Amino acid sequence: MENSLETIFSEFEGKREDIIPILQKVQEEYTYLPDHLMAEIAEYTRVPPSDIYGVATFYAQFRFTPTGENIISVCRGTACHVRGAPRIFEEITDQLGLEGEGTTEDQQYTVETVACVGCCALAPVITINEEVYGDLTKKKVQKIIKKRGNENGQ
Amino acid sequence: MDNNKQTILICRGTGCESSKSPEIQAAFQEALTGEDVEVKFTGCHGMCQQGPLVVIEPEDIFYAKVKTKDVPKIVENHIRKGEIVERLVYQDPASKERIPVYHDIPFYSRQQRLVLRNCGLINPEEIEDSLSVGSYQALEKALGMPPGEIVDEVKESGLRGRGGGGFPTGLKWQFCQDAEGDRKYVLCNADEGDPGAFMDRSVLEGDPHSVLEGMIIAGFAIGSQQGFIYCRAEYPLAIKRLQIAIEQAREYGYLGENILNTGFDFDLEIFHGAGAFVCGEETALITSIEGNRGMPRSRPPYPAISGLYGKPTLLNNVKTYANIPLIINKGSDWFAEIGTENSKGTAVFALTGKIANSGLIEVPMGVTLREIIYDIGGGVLDGKEFKAVQTGGPSGGCLPASFLDTPVDYDSLIEAGSMMGSGGMVVMDEDTCMVDVARYFLDFTEMESCGKCVPCRLGTKEMLTILEDIVEGRGKPGDIELLEELARGVKSGSLCGLGQTAPNPVLTTIRYFRDEYEAHIYENSCPAKQCKEFITFHILDSCIGCGLCLRNCPVEAISGEPKELHTIDQDICIKCGVCYEVCPPKFFSVEIKTGEKQPEKDPA
Repeated sequence: MENSLETIFSEFEGKREDIIPILQKVQEEYTYLPDHLMAEIAEYTRVPPSDIYGVATFYAQFRFTPTGENIISVCRGTACHVRGAPRIFEEITDQLGLEGEGTTEDQQYTVETVACVGCCALAPVITINEEVYGDLTKKKVQKIIKKRGNENGQ
Repeated sequence: MDNNKQTILICRGTGCESSKSPEIQAAFQEALTGEDVEVKFTGCHGMCQQGPLVVIEPEDIFYAKVKTKDVPKIVENHIRKGEIVERLVYQDPASKERIPVYHDIPFYSRQQRLVLRNCGLINPEEIEDSLSVGSYQALEKALGMPPGEIVDEVKESGLRGRGGGGFPTGLKWQFCQDAEGDRKYVLCNADEGDPGAFMDRSVLEGDPHSVLEGMIIAGFAIGSQQGFIYCRAEYPLAIKRLQIAIEQAREYGYLGENILNTGFDFDLEIFHGAGAFVCGEETALITSIEGNRGMPRSRPPYPAISGLYGKPTLLNNVKTYANIPLIINKGSDWFAEIGTENSKGTAVFALTGKIANSGLIEVPMGVTLREIIYDIGGGVLDGKEFKAVQTGGPSGGCLPASFLDTPVDYDSLIEAGSMMGSGGMVVMDEDTCMVDVARYFLDFTEMESCGKCVPCRLGTKEMLTILEDIVEGRGKPGDIELLEELARGVKSGSLCGLGQTAPNPVLTTIRYFRDEYEAHIYENSCPAKQCKEFITFHILDSCIGCGLCLRNCPVEAISGEPKELHTIDQDICIKCGVCYEVCPPKFFSVEIKTGEKQPEKDPA
């Protein structure tokens, strides 16, 4: 367990202003911020763990539970909202059997909403991993999820 | 860039990339290997809805919605035979007219593109391409000027902050220049958190060097050696292109030590914002870079005196910096000619929502909302009726049709109860429920409130609860008045812009659409037929029994024999709207009713 973050820390100097970039690197590596690593970050930056948690919980980007294989982000920007994003969100969670945001039991999908992804002209928009899907309707969402399911051999 | 050589420009802004434009680029490259035609990608043209976009220069032909399988046709007909492929050129959504020439398209012909001057023209990942259109010429000029003169030039141009507040940029520069400090910082606010806005993203993705150049000039003017660009992590492509631009600028001697052999040192770093809307506020942004929760602090002292690490700090928006090279190159007089008396230059908007041509536009300050929405935007989508236009994001307001002739400038919009904001402009039609829009924005600000000021933290929550009650059928007399009272408290009791403006969407919708609030509370009706609690779905006699709705209904609430009239069982219906969506427009047999007694209404 010791020095498990050594590679990440080697890019920094351990200053207070390194906290957010370190948290971002850790999340990139682990998909979330595991509890046991928070203490290491605290030690390295010489900032109390409570403070590290304070910073991490403030920003929407950080997660404290592992994500599924795929992350579906539903844009909740204004343009998407007026063009039906809530219905798209409902359809996705229905299709995957989720009650709102969360991760499916088989760990295949994590569904979350995000503030604007900046593709407003294609509203309503979702991203699956890095890929953007625009101009969505409930039907299109069904197709996308079905197609992905088939590709994964389900 | 060789102006006579035939060049195929493929848009690779985020919108077009999402519709496979990298594949199209590869297909062109493969088809034209070894030929004297340049194939290159560019940043965003702004008309993302029509993407993927392919422009062929020097003929100035604009192909829209191009697919990879169309590439051989374009190569064969256009490149080899010189014949335009008519079926692929842009088609005006309203008139259905095909308009082949890029600059004849009304969406573009009425714009004045200054900040977006190079977006869609240059390859943002090649500094040589930027240099060929004049990047860094202003820097060379500025480095030969006394810093005081640069600040004067910016002051005289009349440029105001493009982040939305509209503070005079030159004055800010002056404060920073005058401030005492052994170190000073130049910050760029690229934390474009407004939902419904993507102007800054497009500039960063399409022409990153214009922003870098503006920042380096600012550094020289105020006496700073270090700058940071605070860019939200949700914009991976913008960050990547900025990183490339910074590296190339260093290589060419525009960044780093001894810039252009003048002895001036300046360098830039990117800070990845971690997703907090409040960090668009200047003191919160600074606190965030320092490694803290991004909470604002009281001002004064202003960042110009005591900002990042307590040092004098200049903070401007992406578009403000992108204007600087133009002002230095062409002079403050030239810039001050554009726009209105108190708002100079152009405004960049992300025109979205229920609009025929959505996309990124740039117009001189002072044009009216009507010109933007109807002349450039082509009017409301699908010929529906205009209801409101929202500017300024969660800090702004919704203006009704009677304000369509309002000129777009900082002061007129504030007067109308909205604000310029950083440039989101969302058009709403008859199907948009204004109470739901207010609820939507409060939901956003309530979530994004940092929690420091009690009126903002609890006031927005209380307002949200009331709005949720209204849209979910639990509204009661007195709610509207209570909302207004809470709004006053939140506005006056909050430290930063987030809280001070959070009630604006509620106040403007109450001011201009009070009848919709009243309909929800007193008449059991949602005039826009959006709020589930107030609507029921019905199948009309025009139904031919095609069975589409029946097959798609997720709860089997629809019954009926093939080729006979179908019906919806109101006790089972969950009002998801799928039947309405799938019913073919030629039959138009699903109707939404409102204002009636609801079958399953909770007695509570």
